[in-house]
Amino acid sequence: MKNQIKTFLRYREFIKELVIKGVKLKYRRSYLGVVWSLIEPLLTMIVLTVVFGTLLGNTDRTYPVFILCGRLLFSMFSTGTNSAMRSISSNAAMLKKVYVPKYMFPLSSVLFNYVIFLLSLIVLIPVSIVLKVYPTWNLLLALLPLLNILLLTLGVGLILSTYAVFFRDLEYLWSVLLTLIMYISAIFYQPTKLLESKYAAILQYNPLFCIIDNFRSAVFSSEFNWGNMFYSLGFNVVILAIGLYVFRRNQDKFILHI
Amino acid sequence: MNNDVAVKVSDLSIKFNLSSEKIDSIKEFVIKTLKGEIKYDEFWALQNINFEINRGDRLGILGLNGSGKSTLLKVIADVYKPTEGKVYKKGKVVPLIELGAGFDPQYTGRENIFLYGSVMGMKRSFLTEKYDEIVEFSELERFIDVPLKNYSSGMRARLGFSIATVIKPEILILDEILSVGDAKFRKKCEGRIADLIETGVTILFVSHSIDQVMNICNKAMILDKGKMVAFGPADKVAKYYNERIVA
Repeated sequence: MKNQIKTFLRYREFIKELVIKGVKLKYRRSYLGVVWSLIEPLLTMIVLTVVFGTLLGNTDRTYPVFILCGRLLFSMFSTGTNSAMRSISSNAAMLKKVYVPKYMFPLSSVLFNYVIFLLSLIVLIPVSIVLKVYPTWNLLLALLPLLNILLLTLGVGLILSTYAVFFRDLEYLWSVLLTLIMYISAIFYQPTKLLESKYAAILQYNPLFCIIDNFRSAVFSSEFNWGNMFYSLGFNVVILAIGLYVFRRNQDKFILHI
Repeated sequence: MNNDVAVKVSDLSIKFNLSSEKIDSIKEFVIKTLKGEIKYDEFWALQNINFEINRGDRLGILGLNGSGKSTLLKVIADVYKPTEGKVYKKGKVVPLIELGAGFDPQYTGRENIFLYGSVMGMKRSFLTEKYDEIVEFSELERFIDVPLKNYSSGMRARLGFSIATVIKPEILILDEILSVGDAKFRKKCEGRIADLIETGVTILFVSHSIDQVMNICNKAMILDKGKMVAFGPADKVAKYYNERIVA
């Protein structure tokens, strides 16, 4: 344990460089650069609002903010896990030639996507102002779901990055699963109806929904569901522990498969 | 143990599983496991390697292609885990197994200096301080803000060598890297290695050029099909290599 902390400190510069690299390269050679992390969720929000709001007759004024919250958190989860999953094979050249702690790659992938995600949260400010959703002190509670989403993405990312080394098909399978997860996380529909039906468990036991729900409560200053918060925190810690365990157990075999 | 020992390898063996077909899809894995069709050909890349070198020793590793030279270096550099046996080393190891492993092609030369440096565990402040020296040695001043993908392989190797040798390593691992670049740069590299030798660095050196080994090394070993067949003073081992293995 002491040794691991020492190695981590020795390589903290490296992880910093990897995170900077991820952020820098994501938008390199595009004209608008990092502004895209604001425009993109904004555009998706408009599309979803038109489709689910106007066409399906959802007239709630604050609906775009509702969508935006869900969409931002979900895309953190999906881009973070995807990029962690590919991190080992895309850094194969380096892993074959020099020693670096291998968990640096999934960790930095999740972290740089998290940085971009935090930046993209800025877009909530103008949208909320325009739609007259004013924050109260409750907004501070948003820090909890923001921590939770990081833990969840990291845990799932570690598991995926381990098994994607041995089974390349995981990449395709995961993109299908992500679609499923998107539909069961109440991103563009109101969860109330589903929560009252017999399928409520789908949402209640879905840690990503719990996170999104907590975040929305903080933004809209509605009642904060502590049950959801603690459930997802517990879930995420367990997933992260599993992720660390499987990664550690298999990391020495990576080199033979990449 | 002797205080001066820099690298000690004891009973080291490395086994690879050469599966006849690589299985990397879940479907294949399930089907083949059910049918009991997964077979591995065991292949011992290194067997029972034992040696010890002291601080300041320069060990040349000779052998034909596929004899396990690079595998040995990679075990010492922690890239591979030993299947059996132990590797003990003392001091900061800098592996130059391939120059510029850790470069990003989309990054410019300047950005890659900081990236590659951090792979080697260098601090940013240290790299900023040494930045001019690195660029000057690589002679890439004009191209330093060009993305690396536009570099030639020689330019890439020059940048890699300049970064990796700016830190004063205690153990330097060189895998045939002195054979890259043009004659002029090669000479410059050899000069820098000579400087490092004077500071008392321990070197593990793989090369197919016996002259280079004789120039740089004081000790040498011969690997043949994963086994160590000779170990001793460089001139004697090189002579043996010329007479018995190459001929």
